[in-house]
Amino acid sequence: MMSISPVVAVEKIGAPVLGFTERWGASVIFLYHAICAIFRPPFRFYLFLVQMLQIGTHSTLVVALIGLFTGAVMAVQGEYTLSKFGATAFTGSAVALSLIRELGPVLTALMVVGRAGSAITAEIGIMRITEQIDALRSMAVDPIKYLMAPRILAGIVAMPLLCCIFIVVGIFGGYVVGVGLLGLSAGTFVSQMVTAVDTFDVVSGVVKAVVFGFIFGWVSCYKGFTCGYGAMGVNRATTGSVVTSSVAVLVVDYFLTSILTRVFLQ
Amino acid sequence: MISVEGVHKSFGRQIVLDGVSLQVQPHEILAVVGPSGVGKSVLLKLIMGILQPDRGCITIKGESICEACSEGRRNKIRACCGVLFQSAALFDSLTVFDNIAFPLREEKHLPRDEVNQRVLDMLEALSLKKYAFRYPEQLSMGIRKRVGMARALVREPEIFLFDEPNTGLDPMDGQEVYELINDCRKKWKFAGLVISHEIPEVFQVSDRVAMLWNGKVVEEGPPAQLIKSTNPIVQQFLKGKTDGPIRIQ
Repeated sequence: MMSISPVVAVEKIGAPVLGFTERWGASVIFLYHAICAIFRPPFRFYLFLVQMLQIGTHSTLVVALIGLFTGAVMAVQGEYTLSKFGATAFTGSAVALSLIRELGPVLTALMVVGRAGSAITAEIGIMRITEQIDALRSMAVDPIKYLMAPRILAGIVAMPLLCCIFIVVGIFGGYVVGVGLLGLSAGTFVSQMVTAVDTFDVVSGVVKAVVFGFIFGWVSCYKGFTCGYGAMGVNRATTGSVVTSSVAVLVVDYFLTSILTRVFLQ
Repeated sequence: MISVEGVHKSFGRQIVLDGVSLQVQPHEILAVVGPSGVGKSVLLKLIMGILQPDRGCITIKGESICEACSEGRRNKIRACCGVLFQSAALFDSLTVFDNIAFPLREEKHLPRDEVNQRVLDMLEALSLKKYAFRYPEQLSMGIRKRVGMARALVREPEIFLFDEPNTGLDPMDGQEVYELINDCRKKWKFAGLVISHEIPEVFQVSDRVAMLWNGKVVEEGPPAQLIKSTNPIVQQFLKGKTDGPIRIQ
């Protein structure tokens, strides 16, 4: 039987722990520099606008499409479930509340992560391996300020706007299916929805979207900036970016929901 | 202009540079040669402040880039340097014109008219006018290198760093790049450091040559001195022999 010395055992446990701590530390330092860069002149507003176009405008159609069908499905599922309790009148409230509080921010974030997050990581990763980031440094241009700060800021601004589009289109989809196809009363659908939704629901949805936008920008840029060399490096960075962002969105969603509910309802 | 004093650099357990010392004087071009993988490009990145040495000191015009505590400080020290990267490192989303204009807009924040004039002058000087509105992907590697030089020269650098200037070029394009370096040197009077393994081609642009091997400078002097060197490492490298102290790994 093979015996492992205590030193080797400690090394085997310690190496991944140190590696994990180092990666976390590096990503937090990166974030600190990126946030400082957002507030430090010169301000390149056009770079922010370009990223709003890439992250926001170019994601609008897919977000609206997903929102439309999510709202429609919610109406069908809501009507079916509530009919068991004789409460189909509350279908409108169920659709609106679930979209505003939960599905809107989370599904929008997952869609944007899949569409724009992977693109950002691949773009920055390729810039890194083709020495374009080194070229920026050689021209005394800070790559974190020039490349990362506009993307992170655009993520924070675009995500809540896309979330609002998702919610509005989703409610419209729910209305079309609930009233048009399932025969629910239009007046009841809308009035129950207006009664059930309050300011806290909207604020919590928007806060979540802002936080998810921040996570999306941070992870996508960091993964691209630390991308390994070659096609495999870009492949790993892109996959890692989408997986990490998606998992982070879902984990943070749970904690945010708990915190926001406690804070607002107390 | 550039002083490298006792620089050590390792990646994990692999020692890349082991006490390298070099000097580049004003208006002088020093070529650093050596087989692939000896740390020539690492040395260039250390000089640019992209990597930090484990030990030793690198100064550019008397200011230590290793001790610069922030990216802003390093940027100030780098401001006198131009770099031609191995792959030219042009921004692929920008045209040739915009690539050359980039440092004037983003680093020097010059007014639009002045930027346009200086870029047009540079396009003219380096015979790039007909490529002005093409994207890097539409250019041959030789033209990309020329654009890379134009982008660096438009900043009027006092020091020019060349990383394998003729990598990926056919012999004619490679020769053209060396001729371009000589022409530009006469016109802009910069000091330079050329990283290369192209022997003897690189001798035509260099005043002195330093050969790196096993993390150390094994020979340094004018090209003629290097050619006459009795050091078996230098002789093996110059003659391109496979048998000798240099082992291909």
